[in-house]
Amino acid sequence: MATQASRTASRLMLSPAVVLLFLWMIVPLGMTIYFSLLRFNLLMPGTEEFTGFENYFYFFTDPAFWPALVNTLTLVLGVLVITVVGGVALAVLLDQPVWGQGIVRILVIAPFFVMPSVSALVWKNMLMNPVNGLFAAIARGLGLEPIDFFAEAPLASIIVIVAWQWLPFATLILLTALQSLDREQMDAAEMDGAGPIRRFVHLTVPHLTRAITVVVLIQTIFLLSVFAEILVTTNGGPGTASTTLTFLVYMQSMLQFDVGLGSAGGIVAVILANIVAIFLMRMIGKNLEA
Amino acid sequence: MGEIVLSDVRKSFGGVSIIQGIDLTIKDGEFVVFVGPSGCGKSTLLRLIAGLEDTTDGIIAIDGRDATRLPPARRGLAMVFQSYALYPHMSVRKNIAFPLRMAGMPAAEQDRKVEAAAKVLNLTPYLDRRPSQLSGGQRQRVAIGRAIVREPSAFLFDEPLSNLDAALRVSMRQEISELHQSLKTTMIYVTHDQVEAMTMADKIVVLNAGRIEQVGSPLELYKTPANLFVAGFIGSPKMNFIEGAEAAKHGAHTLGVRPEHIAIAADGPWKGVVGISEHLGSDTFLKVQVDGMGPLTVRAGGEVELHYGDAVSLAAQPGKLHRFDAAGHTLSA
Amino acid sequence: MARHVSNSRKAVVTALAWGIGLLIFFPILWTILTSFKTEGEAINSHPSFLFFDWTLENYHTVNERSDYLGHFWNSVVIAVGSTLVGLLIAIPAAWSMAFVPGKRTKDLLMWMLSTKMMPAVGVLVPIYLLARDTGLLDTKLGLVIVLTLVNLPIIVWMLYTYFKEIPGEILEAARMDGASLGSEILYVLTPMAVPGIASTLLLNVILAWNESFWTLNLTAANSAPLTAFIASYSSPEGLFYAKLSAASTMAIAPILILGWFSQKQLVRGLTFGAVK
Ligand SMILES: Nc1ncnc2c1ncn2[C@@H]1O[C@H](COP(=O)(O)OP(=O)(O)OP(=O)(O)O)[C@@H](O)[C@H]1O
Ligand SMILES: [Mg+2]
Repeated sequence: MATQASRTASRLMLSPAVVLLFLWMIVPLGMTIYFSLLRFNLLMPGTEEFTGFENYFYFFTDPAFWPALVNTLTLVLGVLVITVVGGVALAVLLDQPVWGQGIVRILVIAPFFVMPSVSALVWKNMLMNPVNGLFAAIARGLGLEPIDFFAEAPLASIIVIVAWQWLPFATLILLTALQSLDREQMDAAEMDGAGPIRRFVHLTVPHLTRAITVVVLIQTIFLLSVFAEILVTTNGGPGTASTTLTFLVYMQSMLQFDVGLGSAGGIVAVILANIVAIFLMRMIGKNLEA
Repeated sequence: MGEIVLSDVRKSFGGVSIIQGIDLTIKDGEFVVFVGPSGCGKSTLLRLIAGLEDTTDGIIAIDGRDATRLPPARRGLAMVFQSYALYPHMSVRKNIAFPLRMAGMPAAEQDRKVEAAAKVLNLTPYLDRRPSQLSGGQRQRVAIGRAIVREPSAFLFDEPLSNLDAALRVSMRQEISELHQSLKTTMIYVTHDQVEAMTMADKIVVLNAGRIEQVGSPLELYKTPANLFVAGFIGSPKMNFIEGAEAAKHGAHTLGVRPEHIAIAADGPWKGVVGISEHLGSDTFLKVQVDGMGPLTVRAGGEVELHYGDAVSLAAQPGKLHRFDAAGHTLSA
Repeated sequence: MARHVSNSRKAVVTALAWGIGLLIFFPILWTILTSFKTEGEAINSHPSFLFFDWTLENYHTVNERSDYLGHFWNSVVIAVGSTLVGLLIAIPAAWSMAFVPGKRTKDLLMWMLSTKMMPAVGVLVPIYLLARDTGLLDTKLGLVIVLTLVNLPIIVWMLYTYFKEIPGEILEAARMDGASLGSEILYVLTPMAVPGIASTLLLNVILAWNESFWTLNLTAANSAPLTAFIASYSSPEGLFYAKLSAASTMAIAPILILGWFSQKQLVRGLTFGAVK
C-alpha cells in the first residue's frame, strides 16, 4: 500500500509528532548544554559569563556529588533487587490456581496507581513515623523501641517505598510473560519426567529472562528520576544521606538558583541515563524485527 | 464498459524489478485469470491495476482513458481480497453500503441497492449480522456484494477462494462464474489453482518472474503451449518432459507428453517398470521408470490393475507430442 | 489451565496469595480507614482497625479548608487534556508508521522512544525558564503542553502496536471503495482501533495524573494538581493524619478504579510492546 499519494500523506501526518518531539528534545537539551558552560545564577541576573567546563569541575568536586552518585546507584540497585526477586516470586504464586485470583491481582497491582507524593506521605507519616506511626505502635506492642526510620536509615526507607510502588509493575509483567509460557511444553517436560524444580529452572527461568531484562531496563529509566518520594520524605537529608543525582540537580538549580551548576549536573544525569537507554533500545529494537 | 489496456507496465520495489514490462489487453466483459508460481508478481500486477501501488513505468488505460496516475477510488474498479477485508465493526448491510456511502448516495437508494445485492447473493437473512458472525463462504459473498453494488467497470479478485474448504470452493467458483454470466462485467482473477483457471477463464495469462509467458484461452494453452514453462504449468498432473536420445529422434531438444496422452500398449515402444501407482477410482496414476528415459507419469483408466514392480509397455498417442528447442520454445509441428 | 490441582494445595496457595496481597495493599487500606477516623483516633497509640467511630468529617474539612476541588479539577484538565492532545497528534503519526512503513520507520520509532529516556532533570532548568518567560509557569496550559510531549512517545508506540494488528487490506479495501484518507481514518481505522485507543487513553491519563516531577516543579498555587497539593502536606500540616488520609484517598480513588480496568494495557504500554 504504497503509492506516491499515500507516502506524501504519510509524511504530512507524521510531521507534527516528529517536529514536536524534535524540538522537545533538542531545544532544552541544547540550552542545558549551553547553560552548563556559563556562570549563571538566577539571583544575579546579568552576570552570566562563559566559563568553559568550570561548572563540571565544581559539580564533580561538590562534596555532595559522590554521595549522590552512590545513593543513586544504591537506590536503583536496591529497588531492582527487591522488585525482581519479589516480582518473580509473586508472579509464580499468582500463576497458580487461586480462589479469588482476580481480587488478589487487584490488591497486588494497586500500589502502582498511587501517586508518588501520596505513597511517600502515607509511608512517612502513618506507617514509619516514630511517634504516631503504625510501625511504632506495633513495636511498642511487642515491647520494642520504635525506630525513627527516616533519621536512622533514610535511604533504605526510601528504597522500601519506591520498591512498594514498583513491585506491582514487575509482578504484572513477569506474570504476563509466565502466562505466555507454552503449556504444552510444560506438559511435555512433565511427561519426560522433569520435576517441578527442574521445570522451573530449565523452562520457566529462561522464558522469564527476557521479561526480567525488560523490567530491569525500564525501571532503571524511571528510578534514575525518582524525585517526589525524596522531596516529600527527607528532602535529601539528613545531610546528603538520601540525596540522589536528580535531587542534587534540583537543589542546585531550583533552591540555590545556580543554573550553570545545575545544568552541568543535568548533562551528567543525561549521560548516565543514556548508557542504560542504549541497552534498552537494543532489546526493544530486536523485538521490533520479530 | 471495462476495457483495460496495459502497455509496458513495470514495477520495482527498491531497485528490484518485480514486474518487467507487461503488455496486455483485457476486453470488455472478459473473464481473465492470472496464474503463475508463487512470487511471480500476480498480486503486484493486480494491485497496479487497482491503483494500490504506483507503476514504475508504463501506462494503464481503463476504457481508453489513461488511469496510470489516478487514485484507486477514481478508477471505477472493485476488488475482492483474499482475506475478504470486511469492516469488522460494521454490519453486513453497512459493509455492502460503504462504497455507496462514500460516493454520497442518498440513504434510500443505498438501501435499495444493498437489498438487491443481498438478494442475488442470498445474504438477505444476514444483513444485520457482523462479519465475525458469518461463515467463510458468507463472508466471501459479502465481499463480493460490496464490490457489485458499485457497478464497477471491472472486478479484481486476488485468490478469493483460497481460504475456503474444498467443497465450498467448488460452489463459490460456480457462483462467481454465474455472476459473470449475468453481469457481463470484466473480471480479473488471480489464482494458484489450475482448476479455477481452466474452468472460469475466457482468457488465461500465465506469468513467470514478472513476465507474461503466454496469453490464450484455456484450451489453447493446454493444446499449444508456447514454451516449456507454460506446458509444465498448465495441466495436472504435470506434462512429462523427455530429453536425450528419444527427443533427438523427434528433432527436438526436449519432448513433452501429457500423462493422459500416454497409452498402455502391449507393443508400445517405451518399456518400463511401474513404481508408485495411485488408484483414484476414476483414474489410476502410474509412475513408470522407463528404460533409458527416466520416470514418466501415466494416466490410465480406473480399472487398470498394475502394481509396484510390474513390467509395462507405453506408447504416446499420435499427434500429442510437444517438441521444444534448447531455449524452451515450442517447435512448430 | 486444565491441570489438575489438589484442593488442599490450592487452599495453601490461596491463603499465601491472599496474605501477601493484603500485605501489599495494606498501606492503601490503612489510608482509606484512617480517612474515616477522628484526628485523635488516627494517632491513637493503640490503633484500632475497624472498631472506631466512623466519620466523614475529614472529607468535609479537606474540601472546605483547602481548595480541594480546584486541585482535583486541575488534575483532570492536565491529565485528560494532555492525553487528548497527545492522541490527536499521535493517531496520524501511528497510522503513517503502521500502514505506510518506509525504510526509516524503525529508526524513527526508536528515536521517539529515546526522547522518553531523557531524564527530566536534564532539561529542568531550560523548561522552567522557558515556561517562566512565556508566562506558562503555574498554568494548566503549560503543564498540558509539557505532559503531552513527555507522554507522546508512549502514546505513539502504544497506538502503533495496536494499529499493526489491523490488516492493511481492510484500509486498502476502503480506499478501493472510494474513501478519502480522512474517511479511511475516521470511518474504518478509528472504529476498528477503538479498544486500542481506549487503552492508550486510559494508561496515559493514569501516567499523567500521577506525574510528579513536572507538576511539582512547574506549578505553585494556581494550577497545582493533586500531586502538588498532596505534597504540600509534607509540611507540619501532614501531622493531621485523618485529613491527610482523606485527601489522599480522594486523590488516588479515581485512578485506582481506572487502573483496575487497564491492567493488561499497562504491560503493553510500559514495555513498548516488548512484552505482551
Ligand atoms: N511491498 C513490497 N516490497 C518489496 N517487495 C515486494 C512487495 N510486494 C511484493 N514484493 C515482492 O514482489 C514479488 C511478487 O509478489 P506478489 O505478491 O505479486 O506475488 P504473487 O504472484 O501474488 O505470489 P503468491 O502467489 O504467493 O500470492 C515477491 O517476490 C515479493 O517478495
Ligand atoms: Mg499473491
